[in-house]
Amino acid sequence: MMTRKKRRLWLLVTCGIGVGSAVALTLAAFSSSLTYFLAPAQVVAKAPAPGDLFRLGGIVQAGSVSKTVTEGQLLTTFRVTDGRASIPVTYTGVLPDLFREGQGVVTIGSMAPGDHDFIAQEVLAKHGADYMPKAVEQALRESGKWNPKFGPPPPASTWNDMTVKKANG
Amino acid sequence: MIPELGHFALALAIAIAGAQAVIGIFGPTMNDNRALRAAPALAIGLFGTVGASFLCLVYAGIVSDFTVRNVAEYSDSTTPLLYRITGTWGNHDGSILLWCLILTLCGATVATFGRNLPSSLRARVLGIHGLVCGGFLLFTLTVSDPFARIWPPPMHGAGVNPILQDPGLAFHPPVLYTGYVGFSVAFAFAVAALIEGRVDAAWGRWVRPWTLVSWCFLTSGIALGSWWSYYTLGWGGYWFWDPVENVALLPWLTGTALLHSAIIVEKREAMKIWAVLLAIATFSLSLCGTFLVRSGLLNSVHAFAASPDQGYFILALLGLTIGGSLILFTFRAPVLSASGVFAPISREGALILNNIFLCVIAVVVFMGTLYPPFLDLLFGVQLSVGAPFFNQTAIPLTAPLILAMAVGPLLPWKRATLLPALQKLWIAAVVALIVAVIVDLRWNAVAALGLGGGAWVVLGAIIDIAERVRLFRIPLNHSISRLFTMPRAAIGAAMGHFGFGVTVLGIAGMTLAAHVVTVLQPGQSVQLGGYQWTLNDIHDAPGPNYAKRVADVTISSDGHKIMVLHPSRRFFTAQKITTSDAAIRTNGINDIYATFAGEQDGGGEFRFNEHPMAPEIWLGGLIMALGGGISLSDRRFRIGAPARKAAKRPASSIAAE
Repeated sequence: MMTRKKRRLWLLVTCGIGVGSAVALTLAAFSSSLTYFLAPAQVVAKAPAPGDLFRLGGIVQAGSVSKTVTEGQLLTTFRVTDGRASIPVTYTGVLPDLFREGQGVVTIGSMAPGDHDFIAQEVLAKHGADYMPKAVEQALRESGKWNPKFGPPPPASTWNDMTVKKANG
Repeated sequence: MIPELGHFALALAIAIAGAQAVIGIFGPTMNDNRALRAAPALAIGLFGTVGASFLCLVYAGIVSDFTVRNVAEYSDSTTPLLYRITGTWGNHDGSILLWCLILTLCGATVATFGRNLPSSLRARVLGIHGLVCGGFLLFTLTVSDPFARIWPPPMHGAGVNPILQDPGLAFHPPVLYTGYVGFSVAFAFAVAALIEGRVDAAWGRWVRPWTLVSWCFLTSGIALGSWWSYYTLGWGGYWFWDPVENVALLPWLTGTALLHSAIIVEKREAMKIWAVLLAIATFSLSLCGTFLVRSGLLNSVHAFAASPDQGYFILALLGLTIGGSLILFTFRAPVLSASGVFAPISREGALILNNIFLCVIAVVVFMGTLYPPFLDLLFGVQLSVGAPFFNQTAIPLTAPLILAMAVGPLLPWKRATLLPALQKLWIAAVVALIVAVIVDLRWNAVAALGLGGGAWVVLGAIIDIAERVRLFRIPLNHSISRLFTMPRAAIGAAMGHFGFGVTVLGIAGMTLAAHVVTVLQPGQSVQLGGYQWTLNDIHDAPGPNYAKRVADVTISSDGHKIMVLHPSRRFFTAQKITTSDAAIRTNGINDIYATFAGEQDGGGEFRFNEHPMAPEIWLGGLIMALGGGISLSDRRFRIGAPARKAAKRPASSIAAE
């Protein structure tokens, strides 16, 4: 029969292997799969390199959504705004049912090389119709366009005007 | 009037829970017989009052009493009856009440079926349980009151969220909550054991069925939720590594570990401290699962909207429960002496390996889930850890589990050698290898590893049973009679492993899924997965509280019509929300999946998917839960008699410590 010491050693070695591999895997995965959240104004300020994956979040600008069909593929373009800047987004595929103009959206993707288009790989669906993604909410608060303290977000149709005003003045 | 009664019952429940906690915890030290007898009665009374309160809420939902905010905001008179009932737990406040109801049900069950427990242990367990109940009932009553009234009442309710108007989601919360909450019993037993300073085989025998019950429910709950998201969200995903899914997975991982380590406690009286710690951890993670979602800390698509004071209350409650029990653990754990000696390669060794890897996976998932909110809290940096992270970490860590899973059950207790076990498994190894090679050549390496691993586990489980009934070595009818007389726990365990293998097969098969997104005019068609998908027609159809547009899609192969799918889009008039209802046809090993995503110039936007092995993902979950159920019907859980024999285990096994 094994001595207690030896048994402990075995246990420690197994634990060590388990924990060690977990740490190694975690660090490797962290370095390659963390994505930052950026609001449109931050995208303009930081200008992420083309191909860098990040999350773009904001409000879908009213009147900006257009769908085209090329070779049976559905291409949607829309603009995401935080009231200070707006970024054109292109997305190929089916949009979630709760995607609509004037509502919060989070998209995952990267900037296209050359121009200022954001190529979305994924557009996230939100369970609630009036749900405001937390990161979007914060971005809007920072841009001074909406503070949750003063009630619900302004109606969807006004989000367009805000950007227009900004563009004019 | 009825809602006020419900409110009153809730307040009464808190008083009862408080009494149960005080009497239960201090009763045994006072050594007062009346106190020991009072605790079970109070636990049953507590269930009664919370049950009455819950029924009042359901009643308000059924009669569409829009003066109750909860009903007005989440229900409507046009909502079908089933969803007016389930709508009571389809929102934050109501779901917490349901959570409390199940919590008290667990307490009442311990009180009813715990007659053969030592009365002081039973009183303490119920006392701890009452304390937990009291805390969460207080939370319900003070900051998340489901009976709050509004005045003037609206003419119409806002209606249930259309995505939630679905049988899958109607039953997902109760099942999942039962899973979460069932671990409260294991937790109460662990804390009571710490107070008593004694953990023995009888403790293991009591904790295990409870862990098993909650594990079955949790498994089914997770499977149900995953299935729901598969068929409602419309793009055929079944698991997104979303924070809310992760927090449900965490107690499942540690609960599975607890399930296995409780076997060691029961059979070998070893690993007691570890089992106690796991019981505490599992319930703590269950609490996190329920309440982090509601604290607003996690940024998730599922997150309930919650006010800040609810968040603080929740965090305080979590801190008290988890912190308190862990502090008690640090002081009292050394009292629980370990016993039982075994070699590294043995059944115990395999179970420990299982525990280590399950816990390591849990830690990794925990870090991935909580790293972003903490970074946001501390440095204000917003980033997210997505599916790639979890795929890169959790999947490699599952590989050793899968490898060991087939071997473990074939090893004898105490001391073993690997060779005989591996010899028994040679068929499984050969088949798994052949599957992997074929899949690798035909498709890709990831699917090959997954399908090979799944086959290995499935065959391993079958061989485990075949070995036990000595299949082909004794006449077949003897084998069959052995199958019916062998311990059901062994059958259940093999089924659990078998089910896990089936799920692995399904997940691996899904990596070979194919899809196409397209716009079709009536008459046009598209090719996918060897089929021709043709849009015939788009037409209107009525629904109970929605109007729908239905597309008829014919699927044919070589000109033969195979089936017609009817994916539809539903427009909910009260909420002004459109949802798409996917059409899925399955033959058991392959899903054909069509989503009608929108209309355009007389045509429709479609997403067609072909999902090989998709049904196996949930089938595996079902088999796992059933295996748990069979294991639960084992003789020794039904009859309390062997408890005494086990308690008087010969001193030889303790001597080595």
